[in-house]
Amino acid sequence: MTVVTKLSAAAFALAAAAVFAQPAQAAERTKFEFWYGLTGDLEQRVQDTCKRFNDSQADFEAVCVGQGGYPNAVQNAIAAYRAQKQPTVVQVFDAGTLDLMLSGAYVPARKLMADNGYDIKWDDYFPGIANYYATSKGELMSFPFNSSTALFYWNKDAFAKIGRDKAPATWEEVEQVSRQLKAAGYDCPFAFNFDPWTNLEQFSAIHNQPIASKNNGYDGLDAELVFNKTKFVDHITFLKKMYDEGIFVLKAKGGVQDTADVVDSFASGACQMMQTSVGDHGTIGKLAKPDMHWDVAMLPVWAGTERKNSLVGGASLWVLAGKSDGEYKGAAAFLNFLAQPSSVEWWSTVTGYIPVTNSGFQAMKAEGFYDKVPYKGREVAIASLTYTPTTPISRGIRLGGYIQIRKEVQDALQAIIAGKVSVQDGLDQAVERGNVILRRFEKTYAGKQLL
Amino acid sequence: MEKRAHFKNRTLAWLLITPQLLLVFLFFYWPAGEALYWAFTLEQPWGGGNEWVGLENFQALLSDSAYWGSIGVSFAYALLATGIAMAGALVLALFVDRQLRGFQAYRSMFVWPYAIAAPAAAVAFRFIFAPESGMIGAVNALWPGLWNPVLNGTQALIMVVLCHAWIWIGYNFIFFLAGLQSIPRSLIEASAMDGSSALRRMRDIQLPLIAPTLFFLMVINLTGSFTDSFGIVDIMTEGGPARGTEVMVYKIYFDGFKGLDYSGAAAQSIVLMLLVMVLTFVQFRWVERRIHYS
Repeated sequence: MTVVTKLSAAAFALAAAAVFAQPAQAAERTKFEFWYGLTGDLEQRVQDTCKRFNDSQADFEAVCVGQGGYPNAVQNAIAAYRAQKQPTVVQVFDAGTLDLMLSGAYVPARKLMADNGYDIKWDDYFPGIANYYATSKGELMSFPFNSSTALFYWNKDAFAKIGRDKAPATWEEVEQVSRQLKAAGYDCPFAFNFDPWTNLEQFSAIHNQPIASKNNGYDGLDAELVFNKTKFVDHITFLKKMYDEGIFVLKAKGGVQDTADVVDSFASGACQMMQTSVGDHGTIGKLAKPDMHWDVAMLPVWAGTERKNSLVGGASLWVLAGKSDGEYKGAAAFLNFLAQPSSVEWWSTVTGYIPVTNSGFQAMKAEGFYDKVPYKGREVAIASLTYTPTTPISRGIRLGGYIQIRKEVQDALQAIIAGKVSVQDGLDQAVERGNVILRRFEKTYAGKQLL
Repeated sequence: MEKRAHFKNRTLAWLLITPQLLLVFLFFYWPAGEALYWAFTLEQPWGGGNEWVGLENFQALLSDSAYWGSIGVSFAYALLATGIAMAGALVLALFVDRQLRGFQAYRSMFVWPYAIAAPAAAVAFRFIFAPESGMIGAVNALWPGLWNPVLNGTQALIMVVLCHAWIWIGYNFIFFLAGLQSIPRSLIEASAMDGSSALRRMRDIQLPLIAPTLFFLMVINLTGSFTDSFGIVDIMTEGGPARGTEVMVYKIYFDGFKGLDYSGAAAQSIVLMLLVMVLTFVQFRWVERRIHYS
């Protein structure tokens, strides 16, 4: 044979080998994409979740792509949707809920699972979590995935120095304890920041105060902000007074919902009390010195208040419209997998997030999860979320342009604390500007009905 | 005889510039056209509909005190940053031109800041200016509460302006040095022989002769400060305490990408584009007249 025929024979043999030497699994897994926004350590946990799903069955493969942050995940999903290249499942944070809900660009959770033959116990989801992502009639639109709530963190060692062993339950007690701590030589009895989630939203929920009319927007797009007329005004007046006296210390870096500095200052022992998400429980556990004794408690209320449940934070998983049936089957299998008590338990163990289903929570309690040291205290978050059945205004917030409204609140708090404007004027301004945003949003979706 | 140079091969000419034209079209004209369309409607983020509202978006913008605030902040930023960057670079260039001791090293070093990406410099400056943990913490230890850009909008603006100016001094320096070195040394020497001091020489000879460079750098610095400010503001202050450092380009980013208010952001983009165009036009029309090109 000549060189050319030798070469072509070799090439043919190679091609034949490639064609016939298929891998053992002949069945093609149906792939679907899942875009999530978590970063850092939590991103690894999401990837682990996907791996667990892929390893547990052979029909579907979840391709999980991180987007580098919640706003980025929403943005990229929007851009992809407009280009018809959207993922099947996307993680959307709380403030992005309404835009997606009104767009019709998704498949409701109940419909997806029913169409694919899965029987999910919808009542198993904690109402305090589910109602945030449900229609006004209680039907879940998306799947709660990583849920958190705000907690009150306190330094037991500092409290022991002033002869106390219980966390303050009321703000009057917080003031009293702060003054005692200051007198005992602590420079930073209470650290606070401008985060609207803890200061406005959680506060309003547990005090059963409305943030906006129409049940915080659930009943219509024509809601108006009202937090400049509620107990929130008194609370901010109190905060400013404490700040001016040097008893409450500002630990804020800048940017909406930037809680890193309250967390750092508490973990280092510089500050003795603060409020932040239960999601930071694990972080503080890792950062704090081993001999620092600290614990969590439910957020304080003003004396005489009938405490209600606190609000859920975090994100949920939405299934986007316009994908193929095979991808929806895969997404349904994935979401069913996540709803199993074993998955709920696993996710809550490796992250600071709380279990979203009652059965998951019970399973964890039965195992003694909440008695072990790094996790002890997180059950307070569940207690806080489920303190009462949700009222029409403590079930959540359904307002458009909410990220911009949060920024208005943050700007107002910054100006108030800096002394540039009075508490009432600052909040009035925030409400006025927020209402402009709401009306704009309403006009953008003119004629659309809130579910 | 041909009065001007003429490139005969038109096909080749078009082939050569087509890639660049394509890029300009794809990354400027097309998005700008879409933004113009969106600015006149109310766009739903996920698609599915929009509503024509004519000039309402622009009216809403112009009646928004926060928007006028951001225009004010942008101008303050532009003027301060340009002033500091150009003055600083000019002084350094004059010293290097006079060949003061160590000038060979300084000549290369002063350009390096421009090579650093704005966000990277912003991270460094954020550390330097952090009230407690940064280098400026020493000042705060002596006079507690003196430096607090978390609450004080003016201080936050100073902080971001200094970061911007630090980067652009590098850029301006090399142009100034080149301009100064193109001045014939005989002029300098003649005036030195007549007994003028360095300051006098600078004022009467060097500055007027580098006027074209000054003009060019002023235009570039001003327009650059409107756009380059984004990286620095985003990392250092995110719009600053109570909008104290919210430059127009940052407001566009926040309203569009985070707030999902696409139409509002599009309207703001159009206004910013027109503003920069007008600014450049004004400079060319009125300032350039007074420049003497040698």
